[in-house]
Amino acid sequence: MKGIIETQDLNLFYGEFQALKNINLAVRRKTITAFIGPSGCGKSTLLRSFNRMNDLIEGVRMTGRVLIDGNDIQNSHTDLVTLRKKVGMVFQRPNPFPLSIAENILFGPQIHRTAKKDEYEQIVEESLKSVLLWDTLKDKLDRNALNLSLEQQQRLCIARLLPVKPEVLLMDEPCSALDPVATERIEDLMRVLKENYTIVIVTHNMQQAARVSDDTGFMLLGELIEFHRTEMIFTNPVDQRTSDYITGRFG
Amino acid sequence: MKYNSYRSEKIAFTILFAATFLVVLPVIFIILMIIQKGYSVISWEFLFTMPAKGMREGGIWPAIVGTLYLVLGTLIFALPLGVLSAIFLTEYAKNNALTRLVKLAIINLAGVPSVVYGLFGLGIFVMFLKFGASILAGSLTLAIMVLPIIITTTKEALESVPQSFREVSLSLGTSKWETIRFSVLPYALPGILTGVILAVSRAAGETAPILFTVAAFYLPKLPESVFNQVMALPYHLYVLSTQVPNVDIRLRYGTALVLLMLVLSLNLMAIVVRAKFRKKKKW
Repeated sequence: MKGIIETQDLNLFYGEFQALKNINLAVRRKTITAFIGPSGCGKSTLLRSFNRMNDLIEGVRMTGRVLIDGNDIQNSHTDLVTLRKKVGMVFQRPNPFPLSIAENILFGPQIHRTAKKDEYEQIVEESLKSVLLWDTLKDKLDRNALNLSLEQQQRLCIARLLPVKPEVLLMDEPCSALDPVATERIEDLMRVLKENYTIVIVTHNMQQAARVSDDTGFMLLGELIEFHRTEMIFTNPVDQRTSDYITGRFG
Repeated sequence: MKYNSYRSEKIAFTILFAATFLVVLPVIFIILMIIQKGYSVISWEFLFTMPAKGMREGGIWPAIVGTLYLVLGTLIFALPLGVLSAIFLTEYAKNNALTRLVKLAIINLAGVPSVVYGLFGLGIFVMFLKFGASILAGSLTLAIMVLPIIITTTKEALESVPQSFREVSLSLGTSKWETIRFSVLPYALPGILTGVILAVSRAAGETAPILFTVAAFYLPKLPESVFNQVMALPYHLYVLSTQVPNVDIRLRYGTALVLLMLVLSLNLMAIVVRAKFRKKKKW
């Protein structure tokens, strides 16, 4: 088994429209994998097929296989609760619940009943430390999370995932609502998190992929054109279309 | 005359303002008239004693109690049923022809004249199920009448909760029901309470549905069980106004005033609760 996530001949249709065409790839454990490509190329759709979030859209049909740790998650008796605990997701817009900072982090453990009340404080502290927010927020844990800056909100959203103990973090353009300084800090955070988690990021920002990822996939019109080590993609792309895209000839 | 955008702005504003003013006017007028003609009979005795001398004297206590029981009974049946079915329709039901038909039917239920509900209640609850004219039959009839209100407002409240709340919650590995329970319902609660307010006003104020199913013409004692008849304020008002000769006019307006205050204070309770939730859940 090569990767923690593998796809085999993955096709995805929205009604008549084919959004993913014959995708085959393997994501290595504890690395950062980036998917780049112009808008509408299917990179977010691909990301969302790793935790079956596409199920929420009516009229979606998939063929082929998506393997997480070797288990096919496409079949109908996949336990979505277990899958999504294992494969967490960070969204494009920071989306904390309109609750306190602590309540946001405890959302998972409280619903899943995986922690006792006297462990709550420790969970909050550990999660915030992992996203490097603890020192700034430790005295404001009962403040409403919506009063934080966007960067802090996005960090909090990552922290909210951690008590659920995921192995994979899917990030759907996590920095597109942030300014360059905040973006850089989130990227630093991703490098730290990579020690313990497999990260898959979708980004429209090529430089971000180049800076942060180990592997990069370039997508175009639903196809995975090229999937290689990041330095390969950016220095010596095989496909002409990849080369055209990263040199800015279209996109 | 040359076209002048300042003048047309002024004319538009005047017309829009006048329309709004005309809408508010009758409300103010009704309330002032009821207070002015009714306040003099309001007393502890009027509120808390039984009617006497063919309702020409004494109080309206049994009608107040009756209306309170009916409102409570209505909510006991309509609130859980309405909220639960609204949750099913918004969160679970697939958007197919059958669902659309059900939704259409619910909207249309709201347009059924209230006297038709009264007849329905008479047929089903009073006669077929043999509850007799009783609090139970009246509450059930009123509950069916207010169900569309509760379902529609709950549906709107659920739909106004951002889709991203559901997505985040599901992506954290919660089941669909856990998502609804912890990430949707708490934020829909203020809207649901709006539905409760509307339902309470309707249940307390309607005469026709209770006419055949529960309301007693003159019953100067309090009910002992849900199978008893009760007096109710709107029906009592109707009786005082049309069925009993030589009633002091102030008694009628006093009764109307009490009905108004009762509905208002029931609503006030829901509004206070709603405000509390709104303050906490802002996004």
